[in-house]
Amino acid sequence: MKQYLLSVHLIEGEPLPSDEETQQMFKDVGVVNDEMQAGGAWVFAGGLHPPATATVVRISDGEVVTTDGPFAETKEQLGGFWVIKAADLDEALAWAAKATTACRAPVEVRPFQDDAD
Amino acid sequence: MPVHRDEIERHFRSEYGRCVATLVRFFGDIDIAEEAVQDAFVVAVSRWPAAGVPPNPGAWITTTARNRAIDQLRREATRHGRHAQAALLYQRDDPPEPVGPLKDDRLRLIFTCCHPALARTAQVALTLRLLGGLETPQIARAFLVPETTMAQRIVRAKKKIKAAGIPYRVPGDAELPDRLGAVLAVIYLVFNEGHTASSGDSLIRLNLCDEAIRLARVLAELMPDEPEVLGLLALLLLTHSRTSARTAPGQPLVLLPDQDRSRWDRALIEEGQDLVRRCLRRNQPGLYQIQAAIAAVHSDAPTADQTDWRQILALYDQLVAFAPTPVVVLNRAVAVAEVNGPAAGLEAIEGLDLDSYYLFHAARADLLARLRRYKQAAQAYDAALALTANPAERDFLARRKQAVTGTPGPHPGKSAPSR
Repeated sequence: MKQYLLSVHLIEGEPLPSDEETQQMFKDVGVVNDEMQAGGAWVFAGGLHPPATATVVRISDGEVVTTDGPFAETKEQLGGFWVIKAADLDEALAWAAKATTACRAPVEVRPFQDDAD
Repeated sequence: MPVHRDEIERHFRSEYGRCVATLVRFFGDIDIAEEAVQDAFVVAVSRWPAAGVPPNPGAWITTTARNRAIDQLRREATRHGRHAQAALLYQRDDPPEPVGPLKDDRLRLIFTCCHPALARTAQVALTLRLLGGLETPQIARAFLVPETTMAQRIVRAKKKIKAAGIPYRVPGDAELPDRLGAVLAVIYLVFNEGHTASSGDSLIRLNLCDEAIRLARVLAELMPDEPEVLGLLALLLLTHSRTSARTAPGQPLVLLPDQDRSRWDRALIEEGQDLVRRCLRRNQPGLYQIQAAIAAVHSDAPTADQTDWRQILALYDQLVAFAPTPVVVLNRAVAVAEVNGPAAGLEAIEGLDLDSYYLFHAARADLLARLRRYKQAAQAYDAALALTANPAERDFLARRKQAVTGTPGPHPGKSAPSR
């Protein structure tokens, strides 16, 4: 089994869904989470607060410097993620298809490095 | 009889896809499979000249390659302590799998190479490399990209297959239509690349048309029950049958209506038409089958004037229903003009969003010329000329323009108002 990161990408400036839509989205994501747990694919998952809440810590000239985030000044930011186990990419992509339907945002699938790598 | 290196290369080339595919299943790794076949080639070069070509070269290559790779991996395992991999191999090695008449693994390999997680350019490169057995420099030359670029493309794609866990299997029924679509698109793209080049400076380019037909034949052999696979093969054969008529002395590009039909390849036409008939019997039409049927109608006509345009228009109507793209609508308009006159054809392409497509302006110019609106026709030819850099296409358009502006030049058959 390989592990994959399913990251949910949010595009800044997109109109926010209504409360009703948001509630439905949470419900749909909950269904996918249950399915993942029942199917043995679930490792870990979580949704994140908006990028404006981020703080960046880095080493500069040997000193730890803390600054207001996010790190990357891009329009697309990480909104949440799943870590899943899957036999191969097709299986991971099938979960990603359910994930993107439920959370209504593009989902990027990336393999974790494993021992063989 | 001494066996020449050329002959050995030919055998390896034609067996490459099958051998690599089997070895990928065996070792679970594309690089190991490819290196193993390369090693087997070295062995063949030293043995075949004296011993002769083995009765079943494919089985010989696979067995030799497999044994070499196992030896190699055992040596590495002792050196680097990669016991896990070695143990796995010993396990698979015993009992040995039959490697004689092989169960065909090429189908899995095609679907891996054309997996949607890979970019189209990578799908094309991998398919030609692993199934076509072409060397990376050959592929690079064929697609007019630097060798390092092509090498990088292939290395990256292979890395992704491994790291992301792109599976080595034929997709299930639910995914099959989509996934097969990608495979067909890759083969069609290879063909079109060759077909476009065949009208220009083709000498430095490998014959991609032959390569695409070879791949389509393999696919048709492996998936004989998929009508779109047969449709694609038919379309390629029928299109390719006209290749030698597409050029004439002093004319780098001759279009269908003006081609010398005695130069069409009858054998390819018969094979293509036979496949079209097989598709029709199945009655599950699809994009490639309909395009093949259109090509078949053209190839039925002894002269351009005897073309059954009504049937072609009916097929285009069907095609538009499947794929209502502006390009399909444009091609349909050509048939409309033949059946209902150039004014109707012109009306059919009015408002199409194809301003940046040179064939749109060329077709429009042609219709305008047939309506004797020569000034507008000349403008449309200019618009077409501004959009293509291919010398053969430019030469062709310039001749057409000359004909409508009255300056000296050969008179193109198609712009005469009467058919």
